[in-house]
Amino acid sequence: MSRPRSDVSSAGDPMRPADHADAAEPSGDVNQPALGFVGWLRWGWRQLTSMRTALVLLLLLAIAAVPGSLVPQRSADPNGVTQYFTDNPELAPVLDNLSMFDVYTSPWFSAIYILLFVSLVGCVIPRTKHHWKALRATPPRTPARLSRLDVHRTETLEYTDDQAAAAAASASIEAAQQQLKKAGYRVARDDSRGVLSVSAERGYMRETGNLVFHASLVGVLLAVGIGGGFTYTGQTVIIEGRTWVNTMLDYTSFNPGRFVDENSLTPYALTLDRFDVTYQPRGTQGEGQAGDFVANLTTQRAGGAPGSGEVRVNHPLEMAGDRIYLMGNGYAPTLTIRDAAGEVVFSESVPFLPQDTNMTSLGVVKVPDGLDEQMGLVGFFYPTQVQRQDGAFTSAYPALTNPVVTLDVYTGDLGIDGGVPRSVYTLDTGEMDKLTGRGTDVESIEIAPGETAELPGGLGSITFENEAPDGASGYDESVKRYVSLSVHRDAAATWVLVFAVLATAGLLAALFVPRRRMWVKATPQGHTVQLEYAGLARGEDPTLDAAVEQFVQRHLASLPDG
Amino acid sequence: MPESSALTLESVSVLLVWTAIAIYALAFVAYAVDLARRGAVAVDAKGAAKTEDARELVAAGSGYAGSTGSRAGVIAAMRAQEEASEAALNAPIGRRERLVWARIGTSLTVLAFLFHLGGDVTRGIAAGRVPWSNMYEFALTGTLLVVAVYLGVLFRYDLRFLGSFITGLTVVLLGASALSFYVEITPLMDPLKSVWLVIHVFVASLSTALFALAFGLSVLQLMQARRERVLAAAPDADGPTVKSGPGFLRTLPGADALEALAYRFAILGFIFWTFTLIAGSIWANDAWGRYWGFDTKEVWTFVIWVLYAGYIHARATRGWRGARSAWLSIIGFTAVIFNFTIVNMFFKGLHAYSGLE
Ligand code: HEM
Repeated sequence: MSRPRSDVSSAGDPMRPADHADAAEPSGDVNQPALGFVGWLRWGWRQLTSMRTALVLLLLLAIAAVPGSLVPQRSADPNGVTQYFTDNPELAPVLDNLSMFDVYTSPWFSAIYILLFVSLVGCVIPRTKHHWKALRATPPRTPARLSRLDVHRTETLEYTDDQAAAAAASASIEAAQQQLKKAGYRVARDDSRGVLSVSAERGYMRETGNLVFHASLVGVLLAVGIGGGFTYTGQTVIIEGRTWVNTMLDYTSFNPGRFVDENSLTPYALTLDRFDVTYQPRGTQGEGQAGDFVANLTTQRAGGAPGSGEVRVNHPLEMAGDRIYLMGNGYAPTLTIRDAAGEVVFSESVPFLPQDTNMTSLGVVKVPDGLDEQMGLVGFFYPTQVQRQDGAFTSAYPALTNPVVTLDVYTGDLGIDGGVPRSVYTLDTGEMDKLTGRGTDVESIEIAPGETAELPGGLGSITFENEAPDGASGYDESVKRYVSLSVHRDAAATWVLVFAVLATAGLLAALFVPRRRMWVKATPQGHTVQLEYAGLARGEDPTLDAAVEQFVQRHLASLPDG
Repeated sequence: MPESSALTLESVSVLLVWTAIAIYALAFVAYAVDLARRGAVAVDAKGAAKTEDARELVAAGSGYAGSTGSRAGVIAAMRAQEEASEAALNAPIGRRERLVWARIGTSLTVLAFLFHLGGDVTRGIAAGRVPWSNMYEFALTGTLLVVAVYLGVLFRYDLRFLGSFITGLTVVLLGASALSFYVEITPLMDPLKSVWLVIHVFVASLSTALFALAFGLSVLQLMQARRERVLAAAPDADGPTVKSGPGFLRTLPGADALEALAYRFAILGFIFWTFTLIAGSIWANDAWGRYWGFDTKEVWTFVIWVLYAGYIHARATRGWRGARSAWLSIIGFTAVIFNFTIVNMFFKGLHAYSGLE
């Protein structure tokens, strides 16, 4: 369909890269580097800002992004990376050397997008300058031979005499000028030697849109880069009834951007009053599927009155510029351990990590003080305990129908005294002796809420506290729940969105606003007037034909009969 | 539960979908017959033109003059054919060629589409939510939109020569999904309870449909370009020995026109894909606390976006317009299909909503 091929089109477009499809053919010496250092520099810059380079870099970017979906990434899936190292001990270190586990921060990926954006800026700046001038320039003069353009029509009108024809020629160009102007064209008269013509151009928004689009992409990149420095995310766990305070101490992990001051977090506190969840009833499709998670919180800002807030999936809580997300939940059985004399040496609600959709959960209890030796317990919590065919326990349903904790007891050195950080969810049994469970001749501890069991070797006892309020039925609410929350301050998100929306708007204009030139020329010849109409697409313009045709019809209809 | 009572809405939906698949298959056959007959008709026309040339040859009485004359004649005939098929492409509905088999194909496609729509709507009603929240439902609604866009576009362009591609694609995707992705209705998982599910997935399917049309046109463009090349280079342009591709190509618009049309669908698709990307990020920011994390599905959405940006650039780069840019459109759509099938099924990530175990 219409696309400018004629020499007329290429003449006035120095703003586009030289190898743009619509640009003039290279005249041989154009791509040859001029002599000298500056010449080489200029040549290199022209290469970098050429369409072909942009294209190649775009394709490279697409290809370079793929490995990150094939191999687990440290940023998105750190456990996956650990697993990968275990599964592929030979291959993993090789891949690691190639930054395959950090593709999107790797030197080669960065090199591609940085080059792409340098090219982009190098491309956009000269075009912006040129477009700025074009916006205030008058449309180009009428070409001598309109018949060489993409679309061309001629009409011959007859009049009574020469004078009438001359007057009609002038009137028709006047009318054409008005009509084009009304249709959103910028118009200019171009009369010479008895030939009258109007030259018109429209669709400057196309180029504006293109520039806005490309510039907004730079905006997105800058927002991500700069905003990232002011962004932080932190994780924490709150058990029902407990309060969490927004200070470094209370986070289980915290990832600050470069410019974040960890000591000046906005002080506020959150108390988890209750965590709600519903499970698909047994015997229905999707049995046990959890949904409608809600963490009901009491919020308290420094010096303010307490308020209430909810955190749900898809609905984070806004708090002093932070957004608080619900990332997970689980059971936190309350366990009390007494020594042989009956003294309490440990009493806490211990968050157990869910292992499956029925909330079979893994937990660790560490008792560093109060006993002769340090003690550790590892075990499972089953909200609905059942026995599998092979004799092992599992949970058959995620709600509390038959809650049981099973624990194995270890004594020895917990390995936490050396100051080396240890996860609260793992027990390093290297320096410890196993006292119960497989490999020993003592059964594992197995207790339901409200029950107490003896610890082996006369060490004392352990109680699984029943937390149900008075009047609760069955085991409802007998075990506390906890939520894991993620606290985010994202300085970039808003700006990224603004630039993304700008980019889309620019793109719409750049792709769908037709940019075209139109000329109407009137040549009086004796008692006739020859009217010529011509249209030229500048860029993709599938409707040029129809637009010229429509204009011709309207223009002819508006002329007084000769 | 579907098996407990004879006819639940859910099982009605399944019946409707399978009926639709069967009718799409018939439509595919009808469209394929149409293409084959176009080829035959074109050969007949060419045969007639040849006799015509032979007569000229005799009249001219000179073998040399005759052969050049015949060659020019063939090229002129080719140009005329190209113009005629471009006019046919843009012909308004009432004034289109009466291609009987294409008509049968389109009627069957419309019929199948109605069953398909019925299957989709009943699934949605039975589930009490939008019917696009697991693999099976994505396929159900996605292919519905592909067909809808195709039928919608028919009002403007006579693209019935893409009919066998569209119905074939639909039969394969929908059939495979009904066979291997089917899951009974389960309640929505929490992260999916969002208006962004409605918007994001719908827009993504829409752009997939547009990319599919662009893909079909780009493939035809390459075949057509090859044919034009072969014909232009053939020593004797009308020699029956020259193999220049399937016969129906003679009745299609020229490579340039196909390219321009492919481009228009691709840029529309690109706009919607951009929107998909943005809507997805907004949703991710609500659901997971970050708008972008290079999760596998995000990576592929990004890769597809960049590929099509590359395609648009290629169209504007000297030396890339034409065949090379067409390959980018083909690669882009391959990535779209790959993203929907392989990535959903085998790649690990947060977007684990296929509903499959
Ligand atoms: C982040 C990388 C880039 C992306 C995603 C991108 C994307 C796009 C898109 C979608 C278009 C079509 C919309 C329009 O016509 O305005 C376009 C057009 C264009 N881009 Fe880019 N671009 C990128 C980088 C560049 C670079 C580095 C250059 C300079 C060499 C460039 C030069 C152009 C030009 C000249 C056009 C107009 C094409 C025409 O006239 O049809 N782009 N780009």
